[in-house]
Amino acid sequence: MGLFDFLITKKPTASIAKDRLRIIVAHERSGRGSSPDYLPMLQRELLEVIRKYVKVEDEAVKVDLIGEGDNKVLDISVALPENPIQA
Amino acid sequence: MAEIIVVTSGKGGVGKTTSSASVACGLARRGHKVAVIDFDVGLRNLDLIMGCERRVVYDFVNVISGEAGLKQALIKDKRFDNLFVLAASQTRDKDALTTEGVEKVLKDLSDEGFDYIVCDSPAGIEKGAFLAMYFADQAIVVVNPEVSSVRDSDRILGLLASKTKRAENGERVKEHLLLTRYSPKRVETGEMLSVGDVEEILGLKTIGVIPESGDVLNASNKGEPVILETESDAAQAYDDAVSRLLGEDRPMRFTQVEKKGFFSKMFGG
Repeated sequence: MGLFDFLITKKPTASIAKDRLRIIVAHERSGRGSSPDYLPMLQRELLEVIRKYVKVEDEAVKVDLIGEGDNKVLDISVALPENPIQA
Repeated sequence: MAEIIVVTSGKGGVGKTTSSASVACGLARRGHKVAVIDFDVGLRNLDLIMGCERRVVYDFVNVISGEAGLKQALIKDKRFDNLFVLAASQTRDKDALTTEGVEKVLKDLSDEGFDYIVCDSPAGIEKGAFLAMYFADQAIVVVNPEVSSVRDSDRILGLLASKTKRAENGERVKEHLLLTRYSPKRVETGEMLSVGDVEEILGLKTIGVIPESGDVLNASNKGEPVILETESDAAQAYDDAVSRLLGEDRPMRFTQVEKKGFFSKMFGG
């Protein structure tokens, strides 16, 4: 420890930590439940099933869980190409 | 019925195993019959902290797979006749633990007259951590006053409220905050989150605050749960936490900077 260390005032960082945590924890809590872990997998599997019949792009299948009041709606949209080619 | 307590945190290295060992010892010292189970399959460590690593013959996975009986696998503690350790397997893959298998072991322990079963969770949110918390009645969430630990703990709280048997039955796992590696001095200088800060962010009640202490490392070197180092602040803080777990009221200690007198300032100590 240097003799004059007391002259250098360290900037308190705990309050920064607290503010950052408040925001990230609130954000992550709000995301919980509204977007279950299985959505990406569901999307992949749906894509595989559809590809058995029609050639579609990766982005053709969209899966969302939408909250409407107390209910949740699983919204699946599949965009078919203009001239669907059978797989 | 045995009370099942999971010691969990999400983040690794925050003191789950140290806390599991000390809480189990503290409960046993009060006369309760206690089993402490290591759920960290592949990375067994509770046996070292409890000082029984050379007496592990059969482990948790052996019991689940039927290769050994529960009584054969339970290691009796050298210090307390009513304290038993169930070691994790070192060699098997993580899928060796099954929900049914874990449920049966917990039920058999309960039937054997155990009062408390302490489940030492592995870090992370994989199967081992999931199974350690799934049957819990209470959860001790071990947190360091540091951003990544707090955030991971909040994730664990989310899982406790959704992925446990109690949650599935519309009940709650009783959650407690255990702050470890706490440095009142750094809190005072504004460098470390305070007990109040962490309580506020996580919305949890504190069951104990364990001060940063060299005794924790010394105790682990010896294979002695730190709660048994009675002179140590950390030991006393753990003992207070165990009292609070049992519903006793204890004032919080070791959360304020000790005011040093002139002589100790001059001569140390």
